[in-house]
Amino acid sequence: MLEIEIDGKQLQVPDGSTVMEAANQVGAYVPHFCYHKKLSIAANCRMCLVQVEKAPKPLPACATPVTNGMKVWTHSEQAVKAQKGVMEFLLINHPLDCPICDQGGECQLQDLSVGYGAGQSRYQEEKRVVANKDLGPLVSTDMTRCINCTRCVRFTSEIAGLMELGQAFRGEHAEIMTFVEKTVDTELSGNIIDLCPVGALTSKPFRFDARAWEMSRRKSVSPHDSLGSNLIVQVKHDTVKRVLPLENEAINECWLSDKDRFSYEALTAGERLAKPMVKQGGQWLETDWSTALEYVVNGLRSIQADHGKDSVGALVSPHSTLEEMYLVQSLMRGIGSDNVDFRLRQVDFSNDGKMAGAPWLGMPIAETGTLDRLLVVGSFFRKDHPLLAQRVRQGIKKGLKLSAINSAFDDWQMPVANTLCVAPSGMAAALLAVLKALVEVTGKDAGPAFTDALQGVSASSEARAIAESLASGRRAAVWLGNAAVQHGAAATLHAISQEIAQLAGARFGVIGEAANSVGGYIAGAIPFGSEGHGKNAVQMLTQGLKGYVLFNLEAELDTAFGNQAAEMIGKAEMVALCTPFKSAKALEYADVLLPIAPFTETAGVFVNTEGRAQSFHPVVKALGDSRPGWKVLRVIGEMLGVQGFDFDKVEEVRKRVLDADGLVADVRLDNTVRIDSVAVEKGKGGIERVSDVSIYAADALVRRAPALQATKDAEQPKARMSAATLGRLGIQSGSSVRVGGVVVLDALEDKGVADNCVRIAGGHALTASLGALFGEISVERV
Amino acid sequence: MTDQGIILSGLDGDRTWRLADYVKRGGYDALKKIIAEKIPADQIIGEVKKSALRGRGGAGFPTGLKWSFMPRAFPGAKYLACNSDEGEPGTFKDRDILRYNPHTVIEGMIIAGYAMGCERGYNYIHGEIFEVYDRFEEALQEAREAGLLGRNILGSDFCFDLFAHHGYGAYICGEETALLESIEGKKGQPRFKPPFPASFGLYGKPTTINNTETFASIPFIIREGGDAFLALGKPNNGGTKLFSVSGHVNKPGNYEIPLGTPFSTLLEMAGGMRGGRKLKAVIPGGSSAPVLTGAAMMDCTMDYDSISKAGSMLGSGAVIVMDESTCMVKALERLSYFYFEESCGQCTPCREGTGWLYRVVHRIESGLGRPDDLDLLNSVTANIMGRTICALGDAASMPVQSFIKHFGDEFAFHIEHKKCLVPKEVQYEGSKIYVA
Amino acid sequence: MPSAPNETLLTVEIKMLSPESLKRIDRELDKYPPDQKQSATMSALRIAQEEKGWLASETIEFVAEYLGLPAIAVYEVASFYNMYDLAPVGAKKITVCTNLPCALSGGVHAADYIKKKLGIDFNETTADGCFTLKEGECMGACGDAPVLLVNNHRMCSWMTEAKIDQLLADLQK
Ligand SMILES: Cc1cc2nc3c(=O)[nH]c(=O)nc-3n(C[C@H](O)[C@H](O)[C@H](O)COP(=O)(O)O)c2cc1C
Ligand code: SF4
Ligand code: FES
Repeated sequence: MLEIEIDGKQLQVPDGSTVMEAANQVGAYVPHFCYHKKLSIAANCRMCLVQVEKAPKPLPACATPVTNGMKVWTHSEQAVKAQKGVMEFLLINHPLDCPICDQGGECQLQDLSVGYGAGQSRYQEEKRVVANKDLGPLVSTDMTRCINCTRCVRFTSEIAGLMELGQAFRGEHAEIMTFVEKTVDTELSGNIIDLCPVGALTSKPFRFDARAWEMSRRKSVSPHDSLGSNLIVQVKHDTVKRVLPLENEAINECWLSDKDRFSYEALTAGERLAKPMVKQGGQWLETDWSTALEYVVNGLRSIQADHGKDSVGALVSPHSTLEEMYLVQSLMRGIGSDNVDFRLRQVDFSNDGKMAGAPWLGMPIAETGTLDRLLVVGSFFRKDHPLLAQRVRQGIKKGLKLSAINSAFDDWQMPVANTLCVAPSGMAAALLAVLKALVEVTGKDAGPAFTDALQGVSASSEARAIAESLASGRRAAVWLGNAAVQHGAAATLHAISQEIAQLAGARFGVIGEAANSVGGYIAGAIPFGSEGHGKNAVQMLTQGLKGYVLFNLEAELDTAFGNQAAEMIGKAEMVALCTPFKSAKALEYADVLLPIAPFTETAGVFVNTEGRAQSFHPVVKALGDSRPGWKVLRVIGEMLGVQGFDFDKVEEVRKRVLDADGLVADVRLDNTVRIDSVAVEKGKGGIERVSDVSIYAADALVRRAPALQATKDAEQPKARMSAATLGRLGIQSGSSVRVGGVVVLDALEDKGVADNCVRIAGGHALTASLGALFGEISVERV
Repeated sequence: MTDQGIILSGLDGDRTWRLADYVKRGGYDALKKIIAEKIPADQIIGEVKKSALRGRGGAGFPTGLKWSFMPRAFPGAKYLACNSDEGEPGTFKDRDILRYNPHTVIEGMIIAGYAMGCERGYNYIHGEIFEVYDRFEEALQEAREAGLLGRNILGSDFCFDLFAHHGYGAYICGEETALLESIEGKKGQPRFKPPFPASFGLYGKPTTINNTETFASIPFIIREGGDAFLALGKPNNGGTKLFSVSGHVNKPGNYEIPLGTPFSTLLEMAGGMRGGRKLKAVIPGGSSAPVLTGAAMMDCTMDYDSISKAGSMLGSGAVIVMDESTCMVKALERLSYFYFEESCGQCTPCREGTGWLYRVVHRIESGLGRPDDLDLLNSVTANIMGRTICALGDAASMPVQSFIKHFGDEFAFHIEHKKCLVPKEVQYEGSKIYVA
Repeated sequence: MPSAPNETLLTVEIKMLSPESLKRIDRELDKYPPDQKQSATMSALRIAQEEKGWLASETIEFVAEYLGLPAIAVYEVASFYNMYDLAPVGAKKITVCTNLPCALSGGVHAADYIKKKLGIDFNETTADGCFTLKEGECMGACGDAPVLLVNNHRMCSWMTEAKIDQLLADLQK
């Protein structure tokens, strides 16, 4: 520890602290622009100059290390004089047109110039003009305002992992730009808007929509991936105008992924369902709530009367709230059916009944930063979990060694020490090989359940490298990604990975696909449990039911079977769809549409991947006649005479699921599955499909956010294959191919795809008719 | 060139840049002595300290002291860098050293590598003297083939390799941390210090950077002893030094003389004032050093202490001589343009301030000056100085301040009369600058 | 072998630079530690420019891919150092130093003389595409003033009017 005195206040700071950090500790504000606690130190703006005892000149607080006994004055005459001098330099070439600048009212330069600027500019030459850049659909530029603090440049290379922005030219001609008109394509790009201390980088979708001070700021939680980023939703006239990060060091730090930030555009998309609708004689009619609800209740009653209690079932999206999920399952169980599931893209449920608890990350998110070894199995990590991947990226800089096994890779923009890329049908074998190598490396035995499976397995050098890496760590973890959970042999992959973790002394986790992937289990929105064993998602989607309650999902895009699922559902006698959106496809298979409120218009809880229950309140009024989902479910329950649906507040529902203090009890989080035996099936040798669910196709909101849909990541799915696979099939990269006999896509050579595989994104209308996300598929030239 | 020196003297042979000629002149004897006698590193550094050799790159920092900063026990790579990015207006000595006597730099660097435990060195050579870069590459090849570089030098277990890296047109890369960035293949933007290169240098490893002439002095110091070197100059100012004399003299060129030699002697060596005109001003240490009046200069001896006492710096030893035909406003305008053009653009005061300075001087020069412009210039320089990442901010400010200080009336005349105090024809006669 | 995720998915058009240039770049790479390929950026750009005459975006992108760097990182370098040309230049680029020490010995005059002879100003190219004229900063050769560079690498000293006449005549051949 070092002693330092700042503005007369004594304090102790750890070795290696900077004067800026020390000043922050005593609450002494040092003006700054280039300094940002999450970025490397550039010390280029010079705004943070402070007076240091014995130093002949003012020193930048951000870059000056504290030395023992140092005395610092942040607002002495010398310091303020230096700061004012720098401010004058910053302003000489900066336009002074705050009233028309989009940053007006939230501009650090504007704020500071009030305190440090001079009234009249002494600079009377012409101001510099810098050409604007097209950074893509999300970030708008006004480069003349840029003060060259390079925060955005450092963000792309350090946080997002790829230097997409640079400072070209030099001296007064220095300019922030991408390489020759490239756009900024990182899935974290919106953060540069927050980082820019002036109005050079602003939000394109938000541009000139409202002034900062006209909007109210409300807290919320992201409904997208399983991280549960904390949000500030900015609202004007009951419309969401903008979404910003709410800093939470334990979760999203100060960042947001672009989907957290820009999906709000969907809230006012043309497809919002504002009134209940029923289909009568093939015609859709808008109606009132009581008519619609009556229709649902009568439908369920009569179907159950005709076909038995379990002829109805419910599917609920993992992006729904904990309360909604709980009520969906209570409703079903209340009317005597155990057919309920939220695991919509999962196909292998053979672990059901063998699980000790809800699958979760297996560790607090914040602790991921201390890992030194990590194996990620079956994940399109960077795009599936942008900010968790970002944490791992930072961990790698501190010595974390990352290994990954999957059937296709794209650039994670971080060093991956070991990779194993195998076809889906080879995933289990690949994991077994790692397990085998671990047995050899550690000298420990795998459990008896693996004895047979390990017979004759030999560890490849890649498998061995992964095993050695894991075994050499002190804080290791093994995580299962979305693709591992959606895989046809997910239970086997889970079992082997669990054993790998066990042998390596690593923590074992399941990252989880959606905002409430953990919550779905906690809420009991699964077909098994103490009460009985109903149909799981696959059974409901492939065997058909007579009546469906679909909650917050689009069957053709959100389930493992795409259009086939929609078709099967369409055959039912009654399909009630609770949804914020009306889509053409839904109009085909549904019979009733009940408009429910999206996350901004309702209250609820998302349980994120670390098992943290985060509650949120509505930030705007529900649109039109739409109503919070929990209220809709309550009325249906009451009408059906289900016990316990007589609550008034959402909190009462919450209490039934969570601890008294609103937490998920630790014991309910457990990734352990009971392993009896492990059988590994081999592929048949045909071309296999590998699917990612592309980042802006993963849920109903992002699919309807226009700016997100204009990004590179939202490009149409392609049939991606390795050069060898293309060659074997006689297909040219860039030509059209017919896959699965029905869909024509552009073929694209992709070195990252395992041999004999074709990577085709799911969750997309273009590929919805292909059915299963993984498995053999035909690929032909057209 | 004179025979008083140790670096550029005795270069009258055939192709003096070749290894054979260097060896004939006693080249590599120092290295051989070290290897043969297994002289300990400490003793070498001690000898350099004794010599009172001060860095020839501009700052005049004691070389032996700098070498002793290198963490000797540090495990892993350590680097050496030679600064041949000579781009300070007025300086052209390192070019001649590399052109005519490259092996003395190579030998100096090998010895430095030995003394500081570095395995690798780079010589960063100014891009504009590309022919010299090519020649240096050849010299390296010769040394490598002779077993003087690479593994197990001269059969010992000492290994050291040396490579050439070229600049490509950026004055700022002469600043030592910008130079390191540039070797790393980046823009030459100086780093904030601390950490200093001795702890965090090239590729983040401990690194020592010295000027070409500094390294070139090492073989003599080792061969003849630190005391011998010191005796060539005067106390605290050991050795001889190369002075690049340019401007209004009859024989511009490099002159190697003992530190402490009177300026008048140097001026005489350079053939005296061109056209017999009167000495008006001298920038004694490269364009970044404050200008001195001719009269003040005539009282100086050429060494760090004397020039510093007169209010300037010996700097890199570039002596820019200006006679009475010079318009000081025009001279400053050109220098200010240089710093404006060469600012790396990283830190605010320099990026914004150098342009401001140039524009104000330019408007004075073009007859658009305003009464308070000199105060403005002084105030802007005050806001730049000491507040930038590297010394380029100071380097841009000092000429402005000193020109105004010593030749203020000439600036005032310009502002008031919207023309030069020195008539155009006179200027043309002196420098052929302006065809009327 | 399936590729590691960090490998760029684009396929490099290896034909962008001649095999000789690539060999020269490889030789430069040998000067640096194997994990410091970025260090060869400056020489790779220089070699590319020697072959192509100037640095088009595609050339810069190629160099970036060849060294495994983000294109913008290489562009930063190409735009920072004066001797790289980001736009086409004449067959002979003449850069005259006009900095103060040179100016005192006729540097500006030499530049003026060339401008008059070629009928172009700084940063212009003669109509026949033969010459481009640039103003240079200190070349570290002030004692030889006036000095100029031909195509970056050839330095010409003491450039009196007569010597300029001779040089331009030679270069035009
Ligand atoms: C803007 C600037 C330009 C510089 N240019 C050079 C240069 O061209 N050559 C040089 O040796 N040192 C130059 N220096 C000084 C170096 O930073 C460094 O002090 C020197 O190379 C150290 O070597 P020495 O101790 O042997 O003098 C420059 C410094 C600054 C701030
Ligand atoms: S003082 Fe100038 S040259 Fe030095 S770092 Fe700052 S901007 Fe760059
Ligand atoms: S915040 Fe310290 S220099 Fe910018």
